[in-house]
Amino acid sequence: MLLVLLVVVILNFLMLHLAPGDIADTIAQTMGGADEQDMAELRKQYGLDQPFFIQLFNYVVRVALLDFGQSHFYNLPVFDLIMERFPATLLLVFSAQILSLFVGILLGVYAAQNPNGLSSLFVNMFSLFGYAAPVFWTGILLLIAFSLHIPIFPVSGMRDITIESGNFFVHFFDVLKHLFLPMITLASIFFAYYSRLCRASMLEVLGADFVRTAKAKGLSKKNVLLKHALKNSLSPVITFAGLSFSAVVSGAILVETVYSWPGLGTLAFNSIISRDTPVLLGILIFSTLMVTVGNLLTDLTLKALDPRIKI
Amino acid sequence: MLENEEIEEPTIKPVKEIFLTFFKSYSAVTGLIILIGIAVMGFIGPLFYPTDPFDMVWMPFSPPGTDGFLLGTDYLGRDILSQIINGARVSIAIGFSAALVSCFIGVGIGSFAGFYGGWVEETLMRLTEFFQVLPTLLFAMVIVALFGSSVLSITLAIGAVSWASVARITRSEFLRIKELDFVLASRASGSNNLALIFRVILPNAAAPIIVQSALLVGAAITFEAGLAFLGLSDPNVISWGQVIGSNRIYILDATYTVTIPGIAIFITVLAISLVGDGLNDALNPKLRSR
Repeated sequence: MLLVLLVVVILNFLMLHLAPGDIADTIAQTMGGADEQDMAELRKQYGLDQPFFIQLFNYVVRVALLDFGQSHFYNLPVFDLIMERFPATLLLVFSAQILSLFVGILLGVYAAQNPNGLSSLFVNMFSLFGYAAPVFWTGILLLIAFSLHIPIFPVSGMRDITIESGNFFVHFFDVLKHLFLPMITLASIFFAYYSRLCRASMLEVLGADFVRTAKAKGLSKKNVLLKHALKNSLSPVITFAGLSFSAVVSGAILVETVYSWPGLGTLAFNSIISRDTPVLLGILIFSTLMVTVGNLLTDLTLKALDPRIKI
Repeated sequence: MLENEEIEEPTIKPVKEIFLTFFKSYSAVTGLIILIGIAVMGFIGPLFYPTDPFDMVWMPFSPPGTDGFLLGTDYLGRDILSQIINGARVSIAIGFSAALVSCFIGVGIGSFAGFYGGWVEETLMRLTEFFQVLPTLLFAMVIVALFGSSVLSITLAIGAVSWASVARITRSEFLRIKELDFVLASRASGSNNLALIFRVILPNAAAPIIVQSALLVGAAITFEAGLAFLGLSDPNVISWGQVIGSNRIYILDATYTVTIPGIAIFITVLAISLVGDGLNDALNPKLRSR
């Protein structure tokens, strides 16, 4: 896990190094031009005159000490900017992932009961939809439908600024109301994949001997289905969910932009517009961290489901 | 694809049979026809509909069908039909070439990892895992933001971040095939390693790689649309995602400026997915016998 982060940091540095122009150029541009001597001084100040590997080493050390540099646009440390928005993205990513897993597994179990029925068709249709419809477009469509035409949900943001006082529950429901559409949008790409996998794996398990044994000893249908069959068919679904984490984070970037959700995605969008490279690089490091943590959680869940698995 | 006449090929069926299976599937043929239609629209369409997609030709926000503009005009009064036609070319071109780039990287890495094993495999698969963990969209955003947004840099960025699945599939096919007798026979008759990889094993591993690459084309098209939506598109060409992104703040005035390009992306990717499913059925003998 640390290795992955180290590689991302090194990759970041390499890209910065290879890209045309450097920090000195950017600063000179914002100052409206600088002569050769000033440029040389700026480069010295930022350590750009040192050998490649020393620069690389310095960069890695700075990142390890949580110094991601300064944002040109906000004129704030990148780390502070990111920490301010990180919780919102975390909330969106994990709630969407949990929702899509929950709905996906529920649908999958249901579809496995009648493999050629309507629910299976629905699942197949939706996985095709999830693949073909760009997530930001789905988001805009939902926004048009449920915020503009039928105004049930707020158009953007995470909180209603008019609500100042109020206890925990007032704020909780406020955030939930704002979260609903972004969460549904993000979950819409993935739940069909999960349910397809869950259906397939349930069908396989339902034919196994231990399920017949469970039925034969007179357990109720619900008991057989949930305690015996489902528990044994979850591993491939959870494994796939772990692999999808990076896709969920990528999707979150787009969904956040659509709904102006105040997370890393909106920050990334703004830093593209304002050409704020340090912020973008910091976001890349942080979202990689988020994916690795997600993978770790997946492994732990898998182990809880199946004690034979060793991490 | 190379013809290996002396060698018994276990997984590849005669080309004719593959074609027959593919064309027997209604959905695959429908997908192929739609895809060809979109490609023709993108590459030849501008000859018949010469309106420049960047020209402000009429009043902003004319709804579809009014004043002779079939799909209406956008927030600057540009013709949306022309944007759709010209955007098709960009989407198809970037989609296919980015998939080709990832295919090259993925096949290269996967085949070397599967063939050589040992530390080569260990290192290369670590690299592949790394690219699976990386949030690809963000990584591509960083590349495009740093190296400038041109069609070339966008294509390379998409290709460079989405090869992991191809590498994994190629590796697992190589692991399976390299143990088969005909590979041993070929090695005994004096083929060197490179010949074994690219002329003996790779043609036999082609089927799942082709299917995966077909899926990658669709993914690359939505990927490009996502980048363009975020404002990372080549400013010199029109792109469907960019049309959505730039009209997004006006959805109160005109929803069609956003829905129409989205439908174009949706249909294109759907068609590719149908073709991919058809290819899968045609190339995979195990599935077909079911």
